[in-house]
Amino acid sequence: MPIFSLTEIAKEQVEAVQDYSLLAGRSLTNIFGHPRYFADTLLQADSIGVGSLPIVILTGFFTGAVLALQTSSTLQQFGSLSLTGKLVSLSMVRELGPVLTGLMVAGRNSSGMASELGSMKVTEQIDAMRAMGVDPSKKLVTPRVIASMVMLFFLAIISNLVGLTGGFVISYLLLGLDPNQYWTTAYQALRFGDVFMGLCKPVFFGFIISSIGCYYGLSAKGGTQGVGRATTQAVVAASVLILVSDFFITRLLMGIFQY
Amino acid sequence: MSSLAPPAEQRQPTATSRADAAMRFEKVGIGFDHPVLGGISFQLPHGETKILMGEAGTGKTLVLKLALGLLKPDAGRITVLGEEITQMREEDLFALRRKIGMVFQESALFDSLTVEENVAYRLMEETGRLTDEIHARVLEALRFVELEHTVDLFPSELSGGMRRRVAIARAIITRPEVILYDSPTGGLDPVTSDTIIELIVKQRDVYGTSSLLVTSRLQDAFTMASHCFDQKQNKMVPVADGGVRDLHTRFLMLRDGQIIFEGTAADMLRSNDPYIREYLS
Repeated sequence: MPIFSLTEIAKEQVEAVQDYSLLAGRSLTNIFGHPRYFADTLLQADSIGVGSLPIVILTGFFTGAVLALQTSSTLQQFGSLSLTGKLVSLSMVRELGPVLTGLMVAGRNSSGMASELGSMKVTEQIDAMRAMGVDPSKKLVTPRVIASMVMLFFLAIISNLVGLTGGFVISYLLLGLDPNQYWTTAYQALRFGDVFMGLCKPVFFGFIISSIGCYYGLSAKGGTQGVGRATTQAVVAASVLILVSDFFITRLLMGIFQY
Repeated sequence: MSSLAPPAEQRQPTATSRADAAMRFEKVGIGFDHPVLGGISFQLPHGETKILMGEAGTGKTLVLKLALGLLKPDAGRITVLGEEITQMREEDLFALRRKIGMVFQESALFDSLTVEENVAYRLMEETGRLTDEIHARVLEALRFVELEHTVDLFPSELSGGMRRRVAIARAIITRPEVILYDSPTGGLDPVTSDTIIELIVKQRDVYGTSSLLVTSRLQDAFTMASHCFDQKQNKMVPVADGGVRDLHTRFLMLRDGQIIFEGTAADMLRSNDPYIREYLS
């Protein structure tokens, strides 16, 4: 008897992709149906958005600061230290702000969603909900997806701003750059495409974080050990998907805005 | 008298008079890695209680999940309250499930909600908030299970028996036409088990609700078949007329994916089937 069957593994993978796609699709189409759970959405927005604010501010600030610190030596070699603001601005707004915010929120919220829904699944609370005529995808998944997409958008803006501030603190205090010069170059470097890219990505990342977290939670099995496994898998899958999709979104938008 | 408790003489099946059964299984089969149910057929007439027995792992809980549409069978037809659910979409099943109550094996109460919010869950889905009318109905349902004082407690603050009683209150609050009980006394001490069985008998005799009850405890099954609820004394009493009175309670026994017995408690006691004899001994 074989230890594992490739056919079975392939079937499981295809089934997992199918189940995820159906859940992700339903989480979006539910927006147009009834009932709508506004209170649950607000509650999730508070938990995801306000709850993630401290880690987003901290990572944003120090990323901007270290970016200014690391690039200053190279820029100084070419006598272009004045471009620090431009470099920090473009890096934060186009790439680091959305991606790092996504990764931080994935670590905090994908795991939270997977463990919460996973616990509900293994204690039959999800079945109880279905038995009472309530659709778990409407009640549990859609509010989390909407809240994540909306809050990631604002969190990324905050991260960008705080990152620029971190870069400014280093540029002003350690590099001796003129504040006006830093902020002017940082502002003037940004084109519509950069801002659009920076605001578009977090919405996608929010969708990935919440749909992955909910999928792993709702498919958890095997008691508390299964919940732990689902939590870990959710964070890993969400983080990897954020980085992979970041590449494709970047490439697509670079094509559209002709970089 | 509360609206949850009509007089015994008014005992009627809660559904309007219909020729069709409340639930019907026709050659229903399902398997996972191996076949579990191999084409079982039975029907649950309106107002009747069917007690499903069998060894662990014979698919008793599976029958309840199939009846509720939580799982789809591999073969056969399941009709619940006149609607065939086998091919029904999940979205359409939600409406049907609102007419069915389910008491899960481990209660499955929402641990982040209070007892009141748990019991009111289904009603709050309709209104979106806890109204005075819903609060009154919650108290009425909790009074039925004698747990009015637990309204503001969380499930983690209750004992196992109390959680089961709250689960029963949650199942009956919408006055369902059918109630499914999954091992409602499993893991409980004899005294608490008797309290739970008394509530189920009360529900059967006061409301005439059709129900399917899974249990591994013979004592519970025979208590249900030999006792009725006396509303005057407000307690469960043995049937005085030597069991002649029809308590609308039948037994089903599952073995190896098949129903090997269907009948009354007396029929089961008279059975010569060696397996049933061993099961009863």
